[in-house]
Amino acid sequence: MDLKVPEQERHFREEVRAFLNESLTPEILEAGRKTTSVFAPVKEVMAWQRLLHAKGWAAPHWPKEYGGTGWSVGQRAVFAEELVRAEAPPLIPMGLQMCGPCLIGFGTEEQKAHYLPRILSGEDIWCQGYSEPGAGSDLASLKTFAESDGDDYVINGTKIWTTYAHHANRMFLLVRTRRDGKPQAGITFLLLDMNTPGITVDPIVGLDEVPEQCQVFFDNVRVPKRNRVGEENDGWTVAKYLLTFERGGQDYAPALGVQLQRLKQIAARQTTAGGGSLREDPVWAHKVAACESEVLALSFTEKRIKSALSAGKDPGALSSMTKILGTELQQRVTELGIETLGSQALVWQPQALVPGGDEAPLGPEYALTAMASYLNARACSIYGGSNEVQRGIIAKAVLGL
Amino acid sequence: MNFSLSDEQQMLADSARRFVQGGYQPEALWRQFAELGWLALPFDEDDGGLGAGLVETMVLLEELGRGGVTTPYLATVVLGGGILRRADAACRARYLPDLMAGDLQLALAVDEQERVFAPENTALQACEEGGGFVLNGRKTVVLNGDQADRILVLARTGGEPGDQRGLSLFLLDPGSPGVTLTPHRLVDGHRAARLQLDGVRLSADALIFEKDAAFEPVRQVLDEAILALGAEAVGALSVLLDDTVEYSKTRKQFGVPIGSFQVLQHRMADMFMALEQTRSLLLAATLKTLEGHDDARQAVHALKARIGGAGRHIAQEAVQLHGGMGMTDELAVGRYFKRITAMDGLFGGADQHLAAFARG
Ligand SMILES: Cc1cc2nc3c(=O)[nH]c(=O)nc-3n(C[C@H](O)[C@H](O)[C@H](O)COP(=O)(O)OP(=O)(O)OC[C@H]3O[C@@H](n4cnc5c(N)ncnc54)[C@H](O)[C@@H]3O)c2cc1C
Repeated sequence: MDLKVPEQERHFREEVRAFLNESLTPEILEAGRKTTSVFAPVKEVMAWQRLLHAKGWAAPHWPKEYGGTGWSVGQRAVFAEELVRAEAPPLIPMGLQMCGPCLIGFGTEEQKAHYLPRILSGEDIWCQGYSEPGAGSDLASLKTFAESDGDDYVINGTKIWTTYAHHANRMFLLVRTRRDGKPQAGITFLLLDMNTPGITVDPIVGLDEVPEQCQVFFDNVRVPKRNRVGEENDGWTVAKYLLTFERGGQDYAPALGVQLQRLKQIAARQTTAGGGSLREDPVWAHKVAACESEVLALSFTEKRIKSALSAGKDPGALSSMTKILGTELQQRVTELGIETLGSQALVWQPQALVPGGDEAPLGPEYALTAMASYLNARACSIYGGSNEVQRGIIAKAVLGL
Repeated sequence: MNFSLSDEQQMLADSARRFVQGGYQPEALWRQFAELGWLALPFDEDDGGLGAGLVETMVLLEELGRGGVTTPYLATVVLGGGILRRADAACRARYLPDLMAGDLQLALAVDEQERVFAPENTALQACEEGGGFVLNGRKTVVLNGDQADRILVLARTGGEPGDQRGLSLFLLDPGSPGVTLTPHRLVDGHRAARLQLDGVRLSADALIFEKDAAFEPVRQVLDEAILALGAEAVGALSVLLDDTVEYSKTRKQFGVPIGSFQVLQHRMADMFMALEQTRSLLLAATLKTLEGHDDARQAVHALKARIGGAGRHIAQEAVQLHGGMGMTDELAVGRYFKRITAMDGLFGGADQHLAAFARG
């Protein structure tokens, strides 16, 4: 056991920095600074993905044969850190983090050959059609039905909370293909084109006044059977595999570390009634230290999981743990953000958060994003399997309760 | 000791609840407040007011909080009116009748950019010149600042930021030369403005209290504002709890209401206790302040810290237990969540008030 950084990794950091310096355009950087969600502004983030793809860096975590980079765990961590430090907008995860790995695991050769390059290049934007009004935590109770009709399925029903459905041209979704038996056993995983007739997309406005999620309605929507991933009625296996990626595939610690550093810079600019800066205030410093030490712990928990993964082990329920820890720390950091700014955080200018918009921030730009980030971060303990559900998984799968 | 409302206080509570539930018209709201006598509530009978005390304000604001009503009551009546109530007879006679009739909107400007909220942290300068004053500087997040007919501006006439002495309060006509107001929204839907003062000339009679001696009255008014906020918070938090409990009884997952899961039951039990503790501190702080107890200010600090802490706890749990629905702008939960969040950001946050509590 040691923590030595291989020489090659140090060079790698410089290489990444140099690339980011020369490729991130002012428009992309503005979008990065104004991103207050997991989901970045579409136009700019897709432009960024195209630049990364041209360099071959759009999907470092994919196997090399499908367009991955073949980097070590350490290199991937360095890359993730440098992306956050440079304030690049985070790539939209539905294609690269969810659908892609799923197709690599379960897709036919034809599906892989068709879809994977389009995911990498950003030609396709994907959304995830799992949840329904009646099926959230209890996903297996989903009702959207796909009737078999010759070479097609005919879909009727509705999906809700579908992030970016209004921007996506593709959806991967779970549908019911059998009415009897165990609920999990009658589910099928499909891929569809959002331009197919019969699909209606209604955006839903969130707490932060941004329409990020949608409700999607299906009225006799035809999907060819060759767009099925895995066997009919065996979609649950595919879905579960994907959920593990959604929860554990992501590293929270690098971004949290950078956000805490930024918060310290902001606190250094706030003058207290005692004449010092808020950064030197013992109560404030204590709270930040509590967060920072948790982030340090999390960074090592994440590294342990990554190295288990690269050694071919299944992190299993550990991905539930990083999901809980990462999202709750994320929420705490955004709380600290609004606490640090006090009343300045209350100033509400959603228009000033639109990249390229013409509304200027009333206060310093760093104050603009704090509240929207706080509001949006409330969602991360709800989506991807709520933190209550994750705790249940740990209790059952790890502790054997 | 007696924690029950008098008949009059109960009538006020009932009429406020009826008003809030009765589908009022936002445009006509202020006029109706005047007709109901609510704008005259805290002012002395000698000044034409109703001579009611802090308990009445508490009763009214709890109902407004429950109804989620967005009003300039805090800015105009509690903050602005609180200041004028303490001003000299001439000033009271000149402004209070209009305020009580609903014809005068006010704002109190204390906050400054990149300065942690505290009246003594004021840096904005007022220099004496030719028998009057010249003001230069910027105030931020002036509640109701965009609608106010008069803005009360806290400025430094002596000492350094951090000193309680050397603070003076000026009554400003926002139409005066050198005043730039930039209106904006707050996250909870309230209105505010940034106030820029460039060489604004005021005559000596714009001074509300003695020169250099505004700190104590401003602090008293801010204490009253925290009490009002606490009452509104209790009203809003009780809705967040009630809505969550109700939702958990009707929302089904895994074939059962989510309220049947023990983890969620415990979480809602905690929300309930947090609300009751907030209500207790509201009563403690209100009654101690009303009766002038030595430790009244301690209780006010404790209350403000609790609005932040318990407010956040209850509001976050309400959103979490609503799942995806809680993240939308469609349910009341979202609106109340944002109002509670904003409350911690006003008049100093929880940590600051706990630190003040610790100092005693
Ligand atoms: C911002 C955002 C983006 C999303 N994006 C997508 C997307 O792109 N695609 C998609 O398909 N879905 C998406 N979702 C939906 C998300 O997966 C669901 O919101 C989530 O699964 C919870 O379901 P629900 O909202 O129906 O809440 P419910 O399942 O009704 O849960 C309500 C509350 O009950 C708790 N609860 C439920 N069951 C239990 C239990 N057994 N034990 C203890 N507590 C329990 C929950 O934790 C929660 O607190 C998104 C959600 C959000 C908020």
